[in-house]
Formats: sequence, structure tokens, C-alpha cells
Amino acid sequence: MSAHPTARAESGSTRQPLSRNRSSRGERLLRFLRTPGGAVFVLLLALLAAVIAANPSFGEPGSLIRFLGRTAPIAIAAIGQYFVIASGEFDLSMGSVVTAQVIIAGNLIGQDESRAIPVLLLMLVFGAFVGFLNGCVTTLLGVPSFIVTLGTMLALLGLVMYWTGGAATGNPADSFRQIGRGGIPDVPVVEVIPYPLIILVVVAGAAFWLMRRPFGRTLLAAGDNPRAAALAGTPVWWVKTRAFMLSSLAATAAGIILVGYAGVHPSVGRGYEFTAITAVVLGGVVLGGGRGWVLSAAAGAFSLELLFTLLNFLGVQSTWRDSVQGLIIIVAVAVAAQTWQRKRRGAPPAASQVPPPQPGTAG
Amino acid sequence: MSPRKTPALTSTHIVYAVVLVTIAVGAVLVGSAGRNFFSTGNISDILTGTSVLGFIAIGQTLVILVGSLDLSVPYVISLSSLVAATVMANETGNILPGVLAALALAAAIGLANGLIVSGLKVHGFIATLGMGLIISGYLASNYKGSAGQTPLAFRLIGATGIGPVPVSTLIMLACAGAVLLLLNRSRLGSHMFAVGGDLTVARMSGIKTRVPVIAAHVLCSVLAGLAGLLLAARLGVGSPTIGSQGGYDLLSIAAVVLGGTLLAGGKGSLVGTLGGVLIFAMMDNIMSVLQINPFLKDVVRGVVIVAAVAVYARRRTLGRPARFSDTTGPAGPPDTRPERIQKDTGVTA
Repeated sequence: MSAHPTARAESGSTRQPLSRNRSSRGERLLRFLRTPGGAVFVLLLALLAAVIAANPSFGEPGSLIRFLGRTAPIAIAAIGQYFVIASGEFDLSMGSVVTAQVIIAGNLIGQDESRAIPVLLLMLVFGAFVGFLNGCVTTLLGVPSFIVTLGTMLALLGLVMYWTGGAATGNPADSFRQIGRGGIPDVPVVEVIPYPLIILVVVAGAAFWLMRRPFGRTLLAAGDNPRAAALAGTPVWWVKTRAFMLSSLAATAAGIILVGYAGVHPSVGRGYEFTAITAVVLGGVVLGGGRGWVLSAAAGAFSLELLFTLLNFLGVQSTWRDSVQGLIIIVAVAVAAQTWQRKRRGAPPAASQVPPPQPGTAG
Repeated sequence: MSPRKTPALTSTHIVYAVVLVTIAVGAVLVGSAGRNFFSTGNISDILTGTSVLGFIAIGQTLVILVGSLDLSVPYVISLSSLVAATVMANETGNILPGVLAALALAAAIGLANGLIVSGLKVHGFIATLGMGLIISGYLASNYKGSAGQTPLAFRLIGATGIGPVPVSTLIMLACAGAVLLLLNRSRLGSHMFAVGGDLTVARMSGIKTRVPVIAAHVLCSVLAGLAGLLLAARLGVGSPTIGSQGGYDLLSIAAVVLGGTLLAGGKGSLVGTLGGVLIFAMMDNIMSVLQINPFLKDVVRGVVIVAAVAVYARRRTLGRPARFSDTTGPAGPPDTRPERIQKDTGVTA
């Protein structure tokens, strides 16, 4: 035991500056790719290569960009779910929020184009409100988020179905649906840039920025150890509630896109919560909170969709999709779990690098 | 054992207080609709409603107690109903092979779940979600609709009763009794509580932490298999969608949490779970007697689940603040620290 602190201090003093300043960009990238959050990008590229090998026309810029547009809603949902999972909670109400928003858009906008903007605002407010409710009941009443969002999922879907009498009909005006199905035409090389892709890029950029802001840092802290975060002065309830609001808003955005893409139907959005959680977990984000990168979650969504595309091209029966998805997430999480463990065990210097300098500077 | 030594009002007491309130509300509401809540037929209906969810919730209690979850139950139910019905193929002599085949398959699925959760360290949520998807793909690929047929002798199990109490409910209660003995009187049961409470402490106390987790998953799947058999007996055929239609995965978890078991594991009571199941069954019964719109039923269910759980959650925060904040936090930090200590000492030695 006595030899240990000195060994640690040595490694700390010699390696500290190395790892901070001198490791090259390439080295850092390699190290990142070895984490579960980085490995998903390798998986993404591998799947892309496999899909293009199976069907070379998929590699053309035009069809690639359409694929990106098609995958945008699930990627946006995954980004929203990421906030909640990173804060150590679950959001099972996502699918119901998507369905509710789709039906609200269909019923309230109808063919009246002038209503598009007010209803859009109403949908955003409604989405934020559902998230606020989920967050407050979870944090202030102390009900596990699994149960809260399960309740919201049942109640919200029931309310919307009751309102529409079980058979939702009526597509919203075409101008509104353009958000989901349209795009900027006549772009060189890629022909068209779908609006959903633009929305996704904006959402991903905002999420990336948000996670580098104090909000993102405290979110991860609250997810990793809520008590420590609270003792450090974080208003944990408000941080987590905002995560829920972001999740419901992401579901709202996905719903707005899906209305254009798929039209109004009560089954739109069904199972979205589990697909989003799958994508997030595939992106190396740890259930239980505190670890993971938001863009990895989006990459997880793309990997999942690419996988389905690959299965399609390979002629696998669509009924087997579920099985492959199930197998993939178990394998991915098992590999990630082993990696986190190995990191913890195999790299004690990295883990103990941060603490040693503090006594050094203090003494 | 801490779950039973708690003085004053435990969550189990509150659950049964809620049961009494539900009975009172039910009697008034059903009475106002001109029907008798306590008629033999109605009581039999309610008890029938408890049996399927009861089987699943007993298993789910075990899995949640060890700190895991089981989302694969709906697909295990469907699979077991299909296997039983196709093996029986309307031959009375095939009842036993059919039952055994279904339960063996369910046990194998549970074993796989348990090994993935405890061996590969995959979160129970993901492991069983994945397992459920795998089975769901198999079901969708191999069964286009209902298949097989159960013989009359087997169908009687789902249809007969002693007085107002259906046989299926009696079997369910017998299973509950057996599991209760397991939890409260056996070493394995104590280990389940210990592992769910704190995996690291349990391991450092010399418990083989994988065994209780695997046992809980196997038992949960077998109980789901029993639920599938019961549904096959009621329907007369096996159906690939019977489990997922019922939404039994989330409902059973809700019933367990409603019964006062901590979702994070380590604390809870099977008796409370049975109370939770009874509340659900009575709620369903009252709403169908009152002919409430089926979509509004879901709304009521959702609100009641959250509201009921909020009642205990508040109590816990007031009663035992330290423990409560312990359980809301994910097992991350307490997990890493001892591990690192172990490795550090390993390095120096």
C-alpha cells in the first residue's frame, strides 16, 4: 500500500502534461474510437460500407441524402431521449407524444393553411408541458420516471384516442406536411436537401452546444450522482425537468416531421420510445446516467436504420427485423459494458490522474 | 431483514388500504349503476382478472427485487401458449408434454436472460428488451395467426372454479405462496434481497451474486410461461400476439411498483404486489361494469398508477431520506469505487 501513492504521483506528474497537451489529435481520436461512444461511429461506417456493397446505388449522394432525411425523426427522438437517459431517468412517453402531436396536427390544422403557425406553436407548448409534467412528478413527487412516463404514455394516448374516437383522420394542410416531406430543390450534387435533415442538423448542433454549456455539465453530474450534484449546489429537479422537456420537444419535432412523411394515423409513433432508447444505448450511452455523448446517440439511430436497410437489401424477411435488432442491442451493450469495465480496471493511471495534482498544488 | 422490520405503516399496509378504498369506491359506483359489486359473478370476474397478471407480477417482483427488469414477458407468454397448444394438438394425453415443453422453453429463455444480465453485465432493461425483440421476430416469422388446439380437459382449468374462486386464481395463489416461502424462508431469498440492495456489498459479504439474479429470471420466465398456459387454456388455441396485446410487461412492472417494491431493487414485498394486482383487476372490473370508454380506461389507469406510487414515494422521502436518495441514484459511483480499490490492491500485491 505504501508504495502505491508514490507510484501514482509519479505517473501523475509525468503523464499529466502529456495527456493534456501533447497527445496528437489523431491519438485522441483513436482513444475516442475505443470507447463505446466512439465505436458506434466505426459501426456506422462499417454498416454504410456493407449497405453500399450490397446495393451500390445507395452510395449515390441523392439516395444517401434521402436516407438521412428519412432517418431524421428517429435521430431527433434519440437526441431527446439522450438528455433524459444521461440524467439517469427514462422517458417511455415519447411514442405517445409523437402520436398525440401527429393527431393534433391532423385535427387542428386540417385544410386551413392559416392555422399552421398557431397550431405549430401550440404543439411546441404542449410538448414542453408534457415534459414539464413528467419532470415535476419524477423529481418533486419522487415517483420513478419509469412509472411516471408509463402513466403519461397510457393517459396521453388514451386521451388522444378518446378525443378522435379511436379513428384519427384528416391530414393537415399540404404546406404543413412539406416540413416532413419537402426539401430545398435544385441543389447541385445531392439534388435536394430534405427539410427534416436541416431540422436534424439544427437540433444536433443545439444539443451539442447545450451539452458543453453549464446545463450539459450539470446534467451529466446529476445523472452520475444526484446527491453529490445537489450538494454542489445543482438544482437537480430543475436540471432533470428540463431534460424531460427537451425529450418531449424532440418527440414533438419528430411528430411534426412524421406528419408530413407518414400522414395521420394512430400507429405513427408506436414503439418510438423503445427504438429511441435502443438507439441511445447503441450509441454507448449508459442507462443509469452520467456517461455518453449526445452525437453518439444520433449515430446510434443512424446505425440502427442502416442495419434495417442492410437487412432489406440482403433480402431478409422483414419479420426477422425485430430479432436482429434485439440481438444487436444485447451484443452492443455487452461489448460496451466489458469496455467500460476494462477501462476501469486496465487504466488506473487515467482514473487517478485527475486527483493527484490537487494535493500537489495544495501542498 | 429490513423490509419486514420497518415499524409503523409499511407500504404493504398502504397498498391494502388502497385496496379497501377501491372496494368502497367500487361498491358505490357499481351500486349506482344498479349492479351488485359483491355478487358471486362479479367477485369471480375480478378474481379471474387477477390470475394472468398475478402470475406475471409474482415473477416480475422477483426480478425487480434483484435489481433487474423483465420486458420479455409478453413474448414468453405468447410463445408458451403457442408451444403448449401445438404440442397438445387437441389430444388429452399430450397435456403433460405440452405443459412441460412450454415451461422448459420459458425456463431456457429466463436462463438466457439471467446469464446475459449477470454474466455480460447488460442492464436488465436492455437484455430483456432485446430478448423480447428476438422472440417477437421469431413469432412473427413462424406464426401467421393462432395455432394448435388445447384439449377440453386442459381448457377446463381456465373455466372452472371452486365457489366464486376460479381454479386459475388458486394456482396463482399457490405459486405466490411458494415464492413467498422462497423469499422469506430460504437462503436464496435472502440473497435476492441482498443482491438487489447493493450488489457490491453482497459480493463482499461472500454471496455468489450471479445465482440469485439467474434464479429470479428463470422463475419470472417460468411464471410467464404459466400465464401463457392459462391463456391457451382460456382461448383454446395458442396465439402469437396474446402477450403483447395485453401490454403485460409494463402493466406487471406497474403492479409491482404499485405494491410498494422499489424499482431499483432490494426492497419490496410480494404480498404488496398481489395487492397491486388486485387493485388493477378491480379497476378494470369497475370500469367495464360502468361501460367506460376503453380509451378513457387507459387514461384512468395511467393517472392511478402515478398517483398511487406518488403516495408511497412521498412517505419514503419523509420517513427515510438517506435510503431514498440512495435508491434514486444509479449504481454508478458505488460500483466503481470498490472495483478500483480491488484492482489497486491487486496491482500492489
